[in-house]
Amino acid sequence: MSFLKRSPWIVHYDGASCNGCDIEVLACLTPRYDVERFGVVNTGNPKHADILLITGYINEQSQPVVKAIYEQMPEPRVVVAVGICATSGGIFRECYNTKGGVDSTIPVDVYVPGCAARPESIIDGVVKAIAVLEEKHLAMKKARAAS
Amino acid sequence: MTRNFLAGFAYLLLAPVIGALLAGVDRRITARMQGRRGPPILQPVYDLLKLMHKESIGARRTGHFFVLGHLVFMMAAGFEFFFGGDLLIVIFAFALSSIFLVLGAYAAHSPFSHIGAERELLQMMAAEPILLLTAMGFYIANGSFRVEEISASPVPALLWLPGIFAALAFILTIKLRKSPFDLATSHHAHQEIVKGLTTEFSGLSLAIIEVTHWYETIMLLGIFYLFLAPYPAAAVLLVAVVYLLEILLDNTSARMKWQWAMKSSWTTASLLGAINLIVVYYWLGVQP
Ligand code: SF4
Repeated sequence: MSFLKRSPWIVHYDGASCNGCDIEVLACLTPRYDVERFGVVNTGNPKHADILLITGYINEQSQPVVKAIYEQMPEPRVVVAVGICATSGGIFRECYNTKGGVDSTIPVDVYVPGCAARPESIIDGVVKAIAVLEEKHLAMKKARAAS
Repeated sequence: MTRNFLAGFAYLLLAPVIGALLAGVDRRITARMQGRRGPPILQPVYDLLKLMHKESIGARRTGHFFVLGHLVFMMAAGFEFFFGGDLLIVIFAFALSSIFLVLGAYAAHSPFSHIGAERELLQMMAAEPILLLTAMGFYIANGSFRVEEISASPVPALLWLPGIFAALAFILTIKLRKSPFDLATSHHAHQEIVKGLTTEFSGLSLAIIEVTHWYETIMLLGIFYLFLAPYPAAAVLLVAVVYLLEILLDNTSARMKWQWAMKSSWTTASLLGAINLIVVYYWLGVQP
């Protein structure tokens, strides 16, 4: 039994979105959805976080930032792309500055569809992310035992 | 003597447990005040166990060393307190423990953790005078700095030191890292300095900082208990009321600037604390 499941801390970053998805992410913290019930904390510090929640597409300017945040997160870590922009570029796909979805820059574990992604599906995505986190933790343990 | 040692060791063993439960209740009550359901009471324990499983990343090893110092001196301070020892030693060991955390934050090359460390120093400057006044107050009221003798006195210290009690309650907010004084780091998601003091700590180090904070909370609440030590039930009630008021304050106020934190706490120290001290000094001096 690992306690990752019970205490997923999140860092949220906006690659370049219309802010629609960001507002939905924050809505998850409000009394109506209250994700803290499941131990979720919005930390704002990658070094404390287990899950990286990214909204919006990636462009030239946000790419190094996203990479830096990802690299600062301690293992095991999981990336969730929230909204269709983060998944594939969405309506910004054809823009001159678009690099694409989040997976153009860092490996993504869970994709949450929607424009904007609804709080229910974001929570669903986080729950899926927790399962992946658990898997990665086990893999880490195995690797440590093997070495 | 054996009883003293038992109390000291009981603190070392139980303080993290009680502190964790208290933190859980705190988060629950906070959530209810905001109209949410809130996490399970054991959430802080889950958080701690998770942190222990995470990778600990830090550019420098010295940071870990300072965090250990932070824990060890906090445990020493609390042990001395529950052992019944000298209140001054308690306060100095306590200050040293905080200094270790500040050094740990300075050891990393991060502007956020440096700002956090600076703010923590300011907060210590704001809080320390009142802690010292408290020790002096207990001395004047009971003729001893020893916790053992203070708690054995039949007259509750609260009778002599209401001003100092109020001033100490004021700085408890600083020490518990609650709004309006959560300048250096905060339990909530205020993000303008990321996590301030604790930004650069992760995994096990962060877990140790959390445990130290529980030790700290319990020791501080112990000092409040001391004010009504002759009546244990009333003293526990007093501690509970003080803590509840802290939660209420945390949820109803915004974070203040450090200038305000300094001014307000020094004003409180001199108005409530020092005047209380002077009055009691002359009062007891006249009728020994
Ligand atoms: S998916 Fe839709 S709502 Fe979300 S950031 Fe993109 S355009 Fe905005």
